[in-house]
Amino acid sequence: MTRYVVRRLAQSAAVLVGVGILVFAVIHLVPGDPIRVALGTRFSQETYDALLERSGLDQPLITQYFTWLASALQGDLGVSFRTGQTVTSMILERLPATISLAVAAIMVALLIAVPLGTISALRPRSVVDWFATVVSQAGISIPDFWMGIMFILIFAGTLGWLPTGGYVPLTDDPLEWARRLIMPAVTIGVVSGSIMTRFVRSSVLEAMGQEHVQAARAKGMRARDVLSWHVLRNALIPLVTVGGIQLAYLLSGVVVIEIVFRWPGLGQLALQAVQQRDYPVLQGAVLLFAVIFLVVNLFVDLLYARLDPRIAYR
Amino acid sequence: MTDVMQAPVAPSSRRRWVETLALLARNPMAVASSLVLAALVLVALLGDRITPYNPLAQSIPDRLQAPSAEHWFGTDELGRDVFSRVLDGASVSLQVGFVAVGISLFAGTLIGLVAGYYGRWLDDGLMRFMDVLFAFPAILLAIVVVAVLGPGITNAMIAIGIVYTPIFARIARASVLSVREEVYVRAARSSGARDLRIMARHVLPNIAAPLIVQTSLSLAFAILSEAALSFLGLGVQPPDPSWGRMLSEGRSFIEQAWWMALFPGLAIFVVVLAFNVLGDALRDVLDPRQRSAIAGAATGRARDERGLERDQ
Repeated sequence: MTRYVVRRLAQSAAVLVGVGILVFAVIHLVPGDPIRVALGTRFSQETYDALLERSGLDQPLITQYFTWLASALQGDLGVSFRTGQTVTSMILERLPATISLAVAAIMVALLIAVPLGTISALRPRSVVDWFATVVSQAGISIPDFWMGIMFILIFAGTLGWLPTGGYVPLTDDPLEWARRLIMPAVTIGVVSGSIMTRFVRSSVLEAMGQEHVQAARAKGMRARDVLSWHVLRNALIPLVTVGGIQLAYLLSGVVVIEIVFRWPGLGQLALQAVQQRDYPVLQGAVLLFAVIFLVVNLFVDLLYARLDPRIAYR
Repeated sequence: MTDVMQAPVAPSSRRRWVETLALLARNPMAVASSLVLAALVLVALLGDRITPYNPLAQSIPDRLQAPSAEHWFGTDELGRDVFSRVLDGASVSLQVGFVAVGISLFAGTLIGLVAGYYGRWLDDGLMRFMDVLFAFPAILLAIVVVAVLGPGITNAMIAIGIVYTPIFARIARASVLSVREEVYVRAARSSGARDLRIMARHVLPNIAAPLIVQTSLSLAFAILSEAALSFLGLGVQPPDPSWGRMLSEGRSFIEQAWWMALFPGLAIFVVVLAFNVLGDALRDVLDPRQRSAIAGAATGRARDERGLERDQ
């Protein structure tokens, strides 16, 4: 187990170094002078010089990289070309919205995937199974932003039940926070839940075939007890992996859905940075996403190894 | 010498393809999705020769008209026929899909093949680089690539191509590892065949199945990604019709003209669904591991059904 943890940590560290270099490189890969590009057509020489000095882009490349790396490691991601705010504070501002949405969406996904996947595995080739397959196939194929727009059309436009979008902090008004969360969370949850349904179904099917399940059944255990004691316990382990990856993906910004519902999260921040050519913000956001992705993946793998000791000995 | 080596490979692999197609033809879902995709390719090839109106022709008096006998899918804010634009958008989606996945398939297979075949430091280096790309969420990586290259259809294709390269590299590498020590590869190697020849003639044909499956699934994701990028204004630029672009225009008029957003989205959905269904069907037929898993599940299934019957 220890060896596995060490190996997995080393791997993640190596990838993280690569991610850092790639993110750092972004600003230098942009054709032309990033500052000139960021400032647009009308600017004074002083503005230019000030920004150049502040961004450190006048230093040699290798110095720039290490300066950037050292400050990034201390949580300093630089200063926005546009607002002059620190990138870290801009990211922190948007974190609550992103976390609210990601957690709500993953809950919707689990509420769909666990029952649907389990029932369809218990009744293979039944109408329920067929229905679950169709639903999950459709959920995987549907453009989520289109589904979001259709939800707005139906639930906000025609029926007028929910607001069309926007975010209200939980601390300001919990009820309004929840009302605004429903549509984006369901939109994302349907897609994630569809992906997860397939995993739940196949792992429940696999667990049902195991010998200890057969044995439990042979000794006359009730079907419901077999399911909760022997099948689901084992079958839901792989769900940790899939669910973890989905959560990481959701935390790292569901850019398009945030745009559709005018949700001020990290994805929207990243897109604005692209549109305004605000490279420090883009670098900061992308670095954060990659780190979240890596950390969640690492955590999931370690948790998985703990839940299923066979993994560590491979 | 090499002719002797090839003899057992060539006919059996040809027979395998015929078998595969025959198996596929027995799956009604696979047939249906193939027909949908064939129709789509036809529409894309014929382009504006079959659209009832010029997809770019504006007619302000006819703006924002609801679907009718004249305009099946209604008209947009500039009076353009939505049906014609949806038909015309097919070629953009397919083009981006095929080119992007072509890039991933080529680059990913090459990387995976080299990494898996040569192993050691080359394997480590290449695959760690793939891991780095894999550490970014797909749409975000695409956005970053477009941010660097600039918006537009060509750059969108490159961006999506880069995003899906690691998946192909991983699949190709894993498959190479499993065939690298097979007797026919060792025989070819000991008979003095060059690496390139071994990879092309002996390894590649035997790792093709999972790559084909992934190609179909990736086409689905690539088309979704193109729509998302164009929706964000980073892909296809106006006035060219692209389904994602049309959706983003439709979103602005959602209260006056629901049809502007409904139909392009429906088109994306149908095409992506067809590629996904075909990909799944291909996997059932082509991927032997998956096939045995299905067989295993089927036997487990039979047991389960019996067990449940008794329990009820």
